[in-house]
Amino acid sequence: MSVNSYKNQPDERGHFGPYGGRYVAETLMPLILEVEKTYNEAKADPAFWAQLETLQRDYVGRPSPLYYAKSATETLGGAKIYLKRDELNHTGAHKINHCLGQILVARRMGKTRIICETGAGQHGVATATVCALFDLPCTVFMGAKDIERQKPNVFRMKLLGAEVISVESGSRSLKDAINEALRDWVTNVHDTYYLIGTVNGPHPFPMMVRDFQSIIGTETREQIMKKEGRLPDTLVACIGGGSNAMGLFHPFLDDPEVRMIGVEAAGLGVNTDKHAASLAGGRPGVMHGMNSYFLQNEDGQIQEAHSISAGLDYPGIGPEHAWLFDQRRVDYVAVTDDEALEAFQFLSKTEGIIPALESSHALAHIMKIAPTLPKDHIIVMNLSGRGDKDIFTIAEKLGVKI
Amino acid sequence: MSRIEATFKALNRPALITFIMAGDPDVQTSMDVLKALPDAGADIIELGMPFSDPMADGPTIQLAGQRALKAGANMHRTLQMVRNFRAENTQTPLVLMGYYNPILQYGVEKFMNEAAEAGVDGLIIVDLPPEEASEAQTLAKAKGLDIIRLLTPTTTEERLPKILEGASGFLYYVSITGVTGAAQADLNKIKPHIEQIKTHTDLPIAIGFGIKTPADAAEMAAVGDAIVVGSSIVQTIAEGQSAGAVSQQVSALAKAIA
Repeated sequence: MSVNSYKNQPDERGHFGPYGGRYVAETLMPLILEVEKTYNEAKADPAFWAQLETLQRDYVGRPSPLYYAKSATETLGGAKIYLKRDELNHTGAHKINHCLGQILVARRMGKTRIICETGAGQHGVATATVCALFDLPCTVFMGAKDIERQKPNVFRMKLLGAEVISVESGSRSLKDAINEALRDWVTNVHDTYYLIGTVNGPHPFPMMVRDFQSIIGTETREQIMKKEGRLPDTLVACIGGGSNAMGLFHPFLDDPEVRMIGVEAAGLGVNTDKHAASLAGGRPGVMHGMNSYFLQNEDGQIQEAHSISAGLDYPGIGPEHAWLFDQRRVDYVAVTDDEALEAFQFLSKTEGIIPALESSHALAHIMKIAPTLPKDHIIVMNLSGRGDKDIFTIAEKLGVKI
Repeated sequence: MSRIEATFKALNRPALITFIMAGDPDVQTSMDVLKALPDAGADIIELGMPFSDPMADGPTIQLAGQRALKAGANMHRTLQMVRNFRAENTQTPLVLMGYYNPILQYGVEKFMNEAAEAGVDGLIIVDLPPEEASEAQTLAKAKGLDIIRLLTPTTTEERLPKILEGASGFLYYVSITGVTGAAQADLNKIKPHIEQIKTHTDLPIAIGFGIKTPADAAEMAAVGDAIVVGSSIVQTIAEGQSAGAVSQQVSALAKAIA
């Protein structure tokens, strides 16, 4: 099936083809409809965007640079590699983009308490940051397993005034943190806004988070036109839930000459039971308020994901990616823990940039394809986060004591 | 007349609805408890379909689902439990309650056919609001299965028609904003809302979430056509007590609303 435009999804009920929708407990339905209404009003209000743009510029430091990674390009000896430097944003990752947008929506709704989930802690830090900025109490749900491997971010959230709740249920990871956040939201629906950290959950969250993240792709488009006078040949981004990838890809979806590659986490390998590649190893189902691809057994029980990167350690994916996968508009590949680890060290040494383990997955795929491509082939990778938070994980993997 | 309708018609008091998780802590124990419930005083039975990620459930029901799954529960076995139950009991309505994904993976049409054939009377699918329910609803109706809809304290009068459209059997009033097993609702708060809902529908209204003791049951029975007790029964099972202990607990609840 071909479509006229890949950019006019979702439909008014939040469906991206068969995916998306609103699969939530009835208690949440009225609130979710209100989030949608408020967001639609905000979207049409120039004052909303003016406030957001000012914050993006003066608080976050946007636009983030588009950097020609000359040394990495020459070392790999093929395609020309550009890095979209979203790791230079305030708080060190792309998550701040949708946090600022959503906190303005929450304030517009008159909500007085913010909750969120976090995996690597980047979304938790960004949420805690915007809550500090707007003086709203913030509760972060984080899997006990992730708290252990992301200690610096846990401390950062606490410094910012957030309460961090350790989630012990289920696999003690991102999926369970989302369950706990949903349970809190059902309980405190009257005053609480759930600031969802990726392009998933019930409508309108996948669309709204994508819209706020699209600034990545919009800036990239302008910047590459200035530097190269043409659009890039290939875009590459890592995917957990898929927010940074959606942000980079969306403004280019209707440019057929631009190839897009989303990189899932293959953990120990997609043929093992320890990976987080929902598209490569999962199938359509319903969880966390949406229809999308999930890792699950025959009986529809959701399986634990595994990735060295806490931010990709999620057994699902945003519904728009599921749709783009079916449409074959975006190619999806998977990269293992070891490949990501190698890419992490490669960028640190060749460019003096320590990438997040999440973003290292995107780079690992570029390391595979760049040498096979001609020198005039332009690749843009979204460097979605910085790797300072990951040094303990890396040290342990490399057998180094800090 | 459906079993659910007949049950409500025959009773001149509020009905007692009891929830257990299918296969918790194992199929045999769960089957023993299930078979004993009607004699103990349960008028309608809710049988939980285990799911790995039950987002509307508190810790007690979460753990019940995990125990069941660990012991090998799956949809096929849940339906087999219903068949075994129906082999001995043709009167007591049985409603399956759970989340959509296990139904979706089983195959929605196959599930509806087999559930009806096994002797299921109705379905409560927690994460399937009316907006997403059309396929499941059409297939359920074709097999005579009731779709039991949830109403909550956040349900506005404006939203009511959407929820009531296609609802049958009874309505499940979630008396608190929260998860299963939480604190009990304030009767004075929910009473006006239930009275308002009653002006829009003739379906019986069951009140659930947070009802644990016979005293809680008696209080809530004053405003509802039925009360649902789940977490406190599941807790008894969690403590490793016998089917007999569960029966005693259910009897005490039944007496309190007689």
